[in-house]
Amino acid sequence: MTVQVLLPRLLAECTGGRTSMALDVPARTTVDALLDVLAAEHPVFGRRVRDETGALRRHVNVYVDGEEVRRLSGLDTPVPADAEVMVVQSVAGG
Amino acid sequence: MATTLLAIGTRKGLWLATSEDRRSWSLSSPHFLMTEVPSIGIDTRGGRTRLMIGVRSEHFGPTVVHSDDLGVTWDEPEHGAIRFPADTGAAVERIWQLHPDSADRPGVVWAGCEPISVWRSDDGGDSFALCRGLWDHPHRSEWGAGYGGAAAHSVVPGPEGTVHVAMSTGGVYRTTDGGGSWQPRNSGIGAYFMPGPAPEFGQCVHKIARDAVDPRRLYAQNHHGVYRSDDDGDSWTSIADGLPSDFGFVMLAHPRRAGTVWVVPLVADGERIPPGGELAVHRSDDAGSSWRRLADGLPAHEYNAVLRDAACVDAGDPVGVYVGTRGGEVYASADEGESFGTVASHLPDVLCVRAAVLGATELARSPEDRARSGASATSASEEDS
Repeated sequence: MTVQVLLPRLLAECTGGRTSMALDVPARTTVDALLDVLAAEHPVFGRRVRDETGALRRHVNVYVDGEEVRRLSGLDTPVPADAEVMVVQSVAGG
Repeated sequence: MATTLLAIGTRKGLWLATSEDRRSWSLSSPHFLMTEVPSIGIDTRGGRTRLMIGVRSEHFGPTVVHSDDLGVTWDEPEHGAIRFPADTGAAVERIWQLHPDSADRPGVVWAGCEPISVWRSDDGGDSFALCRGLWDHPHRSEWGAGYGGAAAHSVVPGPEGTVHVAMSTGGVYRTTDGGGSWQPRNSGIGAYFMPGPAPEFGQCVHKIARDAVDPRRLYAQNHHGVYRSDDDGDSWTSIADGLPSDFGFVMLAHPRRAGTVWVVPLVADGERIPPGGELAVHRSDDAGSSWRRLADGLPAHEYNAVLRDAACVDAGDPVGVYVGTRGGEVYASADEGESFGTVASHLPDVLCVRAAVLGATELARSPEDRARSGASATSASEEDS
């Protein structure tokens, strides 16, 4: 199945300049598995979004079809076909 | 004439300053803008200059980058130079220290991190291995966190497998087998914030430095208390007499001369400003028996603190002394602190500074040389924009 992924502009240097892409992923995938696919191709992007324990960084948010995954099942949140997955930095800093 | 490089890490980026005389400085545009830079290592061993930078994004976490061309281009290992092994269940929060070892151990670089951990690289900082002896130390559950976080913030390698580290909180620990086993070495160091007699460990030692000539002599700026050890850290005695305050974060040792150290006192832990609101560096030339207040060229009014790594010395002759404040001012002395001039003003909070005097060999791959040779390069400012 295909999933549309939107990536933060701040991390474009880690993804070859791309801020959106269509990914072919297996059916019944999860956010974690989707991030694995992205990290395999873009390792530095992977480290920016998740720490070495695999946890989503505190000030990074992931939305699946507009729903923030921490309000769902976290990184185990299912990603349906044709979903839009948005990775974006949260409001933080000073 | 030699060029001196001063790298300035701030809350919102890195600036590189260069000078031919250490009095007039050229300041770069910011690198890694909007990213915290808590640690810098400048490795001039082996005839090249490698800048190693610990950066940390509030959003995207910490990483180590390095440049072998004085900041024209930066490299970052794809999978990260410092990563906790999976079995630890830990993640690096901040890289507090990047410290090249001595010339007779080329390629060895030490890192101190948050959570409290010490790391060793044998490949010049491309990759680091966790010192398991300290990570698995039985004291770990009793170590605490200073205000800035629980970190091994000082790593001071010595001869023959000896390394001293200082952590907040935990105090000084020493290994004599290259990092395999570690013992607390805090006898004589106070911990006024805890009831009862000073403990074996748990002190909040802010910074330690090793004497230039006697490797068994160390100096410590404590969370109240300034100390010296003449026995490799086995015992410590106060050298605070003569200082306006025994609080502060900085401890610098002369790179060649025995007994010369610098501190930057602050009033107290509850009043973290220079005494009287007047910034001053204090130098001892007799291992702490007496101190001289040095403030020529420093501002008459300064209410910002100088953090533990926001001061450094270079290896010039005479030695250069550098101080940066949380107010974003950076001062340089070309005469061991006798007088200071301003390097930069109105930067973000200065977290760390490191300086190196670069000879012709180290400058061989300077930006100008690369341009002359036609080498392609992407400027850091372009990468970071």
